Amino acid sequence: MANYTTVHEKSPVFYPEYERKSEARGQTHYCPGCGHGIAHKLLAQAIDDLGIQDRTILVSPVGCSVFAYYYFDTGNIQAAHGRAPAVASAVKRARPGSIVISYQGDGDLAAIGSAEILHAANRGENITVLFVNNAIYGMTGGQMAPTTLLGHKSTTTPFGRNAVNDGYPLRVAETLSVLDGPVYIERVALGNAKQILQAGRAVRRALENQVKGLGFSLVEILSPCPTIWKLDAHQAQQHVREGLSSVFKPGVYCDRTKEAVPRPEPKPGPALTGIPRILGIELNEGASAAPVAAASVDLRIRIAGFGGQGVLMLGQVLAEAGMDAGLDVSWLPSYGPEMRSGTSNCHVRISSRPVDSPLVTRPAVLLALNEPSLRKFISSVEPGGLVMYNGREVPGDCRRPDVDLLARPFTEIADELGEPRAGNIVMLGALLRRIEGIPDASVDRALARVVKTQRWLEIDRKAIARGREVCHVS
Amino acid sequence: MAKQLMKGNEAIVKGAILAGCRGFYGYPITPANEIAEAAAYFMPLSGGVFLQAESEVAAINMVYGASSAGIRAMTASSGPGISLMSEGLSYLAGAELPCVVVDISRGGPGLGNIAPEQSDYFQVVKGGGHGCYRGLVLAPASAQEMADLTRLAFDLADHYRNPVIVLADGITGQMMEPVEFKGEPALPPAPEWSVTGTAETRGNLVSSICLEPDDLERHVRKLEAKYKRAEAAEVRFENWRADDAEIVLVGYGIVGRILKSVVEQLRGFGMNIGLIRPITLYPFPAAELHRLAYHARQFLVVEMSTGQMIEDVRLALNGLAPVEFFGRCGGNVPAAEEIAAVVRRLQAGSHPEHRLETELDEVALHG
Amino acid sequence: MKPGAGRGLVEINVEECKGCGLCTDACIPKVLRLSASLNRYGYHPVEYEGRGCSGCGLCFVVCPEPGALRVLKLAA
Repeated sequence: MANYTTVHEKSPVFYPEYERKSEARGQTHYCPGCGHGIAHKLLAQAIDDLGIQDRTILVSPVGCSVFAYYYFDTGNIQAAHGRAPAVASAVKRARPGSIVISYQGDGDLAAIGSAEILHAANRGENITVLFVNNAIYGMTGGQMAPTTLLGHKSTTTPFGRNAVNDGYPLRVAETLSVLDGPVYIERVALGNAKQILQAGRAVRRALENQVKGLGFSLVEILSPCPTIWKLDAHQAQQHVREGLSSVFKPGVYCDRTKEAVPRPEPKPGPALTGIPRILGIELNEGASAAPVAAASVDLRIRIAGFGGQGVLMLGQVLAEAGMDAGLDVSWLPSYGPEMRSGTSNCHVRISSRPVDSPLVTRPAVLLALNEPSLRKFISSVEPGGLVMYNGREVPGDCRRPDVDLLARPFTEIADELGEPRAGNIVMLGALLRRIEGIPDASVDRALARVVKTQRWLEIDRKAIARGREVCHVS
Repeated sequence: MAKQLMKGNEAIVKGAILAGCRGFYGYPITPANEIAEAAAYFMPLSGGVFLQAESEVAAINMVYGASSAGIRAMTASSGPGISLMSEGLSYLAGAELPCVVVDISRGGPGLGNIAPEQSDYFQVVKGGGHGCYRGLVLAPASAQEMADLTRLAFDLADHYRNPVIVLADGITGQMMEPVEFKGEPALPPAPEWSVTGTAETRGNLVSSICLEPDDLERHVRKLEAKYKRAEAAEVRFENWRADDAEIVLVGYGIVGRILKSVVEQLRGFGMNIGLIRPITLYPFPAAELHRLAYHARQFLVVEMSTGQMIEDVRLALNGLAPVEFFGRCGGNVPAAEEIAAVVRRLQAGSHPEHRLETELDEVALHG
Repeated sequence: MKPGAGRGLVEINVEECKGCGLCTDACIPKVLRLSASLNRYGYHPVEYEGRGCSGCGLCFVVCPEPGALRVLKLAA
């Protein structure tokens, strides 16, 4: 015995005993002659050859290989049906130093998970996919798979797969190869020892690509399923060689490994102490400062107009100014499609007490930047309230004796300043004459925060001043 | 400038990153888009991952993968997207993976509209996915709570190894309010059970399979015990002047804010009225409602739906006190004045009217 | 199993073999055959005739079980 040396034996990437199985812990759960065991061995061999066992994370699918984690002494994650490429993508991005393998069958990858594999491939995720195609649903008992051959009788194609009713066998390697994302796609078969040796080389390359950081690799493995095909192991191998291989031609479908640029090593994230600056916030380590305001203020403002009149921005400046003045505030916009056309409105509350409801359904102040907005909201204004209207006069049918109405052509006034879009800020200037509790300095600081350019800040400052004047001369 | 005016949706992302979240996986949907957009900007700058998924199905499974790999991970969506994520939520709970999912709910069923509703309560609070699992559910009512409860959500998710859902609505997501952030930025290490691609974690397995009935029962009982612990320890609510109230209003999220305004209005008229605003929807503040039922004459549940949380209120009260309901839906938000009128009618002894058309035909955000 | 004449040697883990027979097909010198007896699980496991193995390893290559076969070769 001493002069014999071992040349082939069980890979150390497999557990010595399959303790996660409840019984028969010495052998796999696969049927006699099943290709999964062979594919597992090829994968284990490649992991061992590349010395990556500690780094490897195997994502197992739903299907016969759902229990791959019984066997592989690697990190293991079991995924929902079809979702392994999404799971694997996130694992790889969370742990770029790991080697992530998505092991999937044909129902899993080519039917329910067709979106996930397509997009993982198209993103060029730096993962390795082993796609075991045996052209049938094995685990569930022999239903038609997306790769089932035409004419083949399955439990759900009892008269044979018919293209008119069931469509055609899906060619995954060819389909994914038209994408720019993948670097390597090869189809191999497990039809005899020669094919299996070639499959082993492909699996190894696909893993090696990931180790080198080259990107997405997939090996489609045509694999025997003797039990469901109702063939013995020998006949099933023959069907792989002659039946499956005639429709799904083995070969390299995509190889960009030469021109692929290895991904750079991920940079470490910023120091935690730098996070607040990145987020543009300051941490408040003291007690929360309660709003401090000189006088009792409770402004309930509704602002409305058409999109582009600066309705939301006007509200935001008011809210910022209120907050600057030590008041509690809320700003609630209309949102969605009407932001892009048509009407726009917002609710603003500025209060010396904590704001309860941010909704202003009975405004004390209505700023109507156009006539439809005036018509829409005038009746909601509470008696004694203030209504400002962007026009020379309030239409007769919109008048209310119980509210304070101020009509000015704010947009035209802004036009005289050289910028008609500043009409909203002219209106703000006018409003500030009529309300109390918001100091001028707060408004100016609010403008500086909300307005993005110096040019606009200057225009808006002029607009505010002009607004105060036009209000005054009333 | 400790306080900043900020949208609720933005506050969520900043709260999440301060909590140590370094993975966001999202798919566009109104009215939750600002969350993904803010994450797309801030995650890479913070050393995290932002990935726009091909669907909500993929997004939640990316969360599953990231969580398996031991990082704090999240996604955000709205009702139709949460429907697609239900599968993944069941797997996450089954595999005992922590994660945070934000639902900025909109009008349904089907495509419905993008206006605010609270009609995702059943879906989010009662499960949505298959199997005996629960999601812990937090319901913020302000931009500040969007930040604070998101941060809390990550801690609860890790503590219970379970998905935590932040259930808000379009208003809370879209409105701007002053927000301040407290507490040092966190970045917890990978949990010992996670699969990180190292020699130390090589033996780890993330899975929701328990093939043998005895194993699965043991596993489900373990989850059940966990939920019981959460029920005992994690109930949160706001009691606003309800201790001596004859009429107790119950509403969560933005409706809670509106109800507070109703309480203030009616207290001004001498009415003895208060509010319970559940902050955790699961676990539900059942004991607090039960306690109040010994003093209160009447409960009124208000929701932006045709009545979902009311079932939990009824279970909590167990017949101790009458429960009435008022709801608006379709994206209409009940105005404080409208609810106040309902309360007055209730006090006068008549039932609130369930109307489609009201005299206050207010569409708060739209049209 | 004792080493017999031949450059190679196959060791068979009888309790892991499922008797699919793929190795007997692949074996070039045809020195593998299915046993007449059954293993614990009720399969006819493969057995080595005891002589003639070349140590080529093709039986291992086609075998679906990770640990059913071990192939040895005479040291040069």
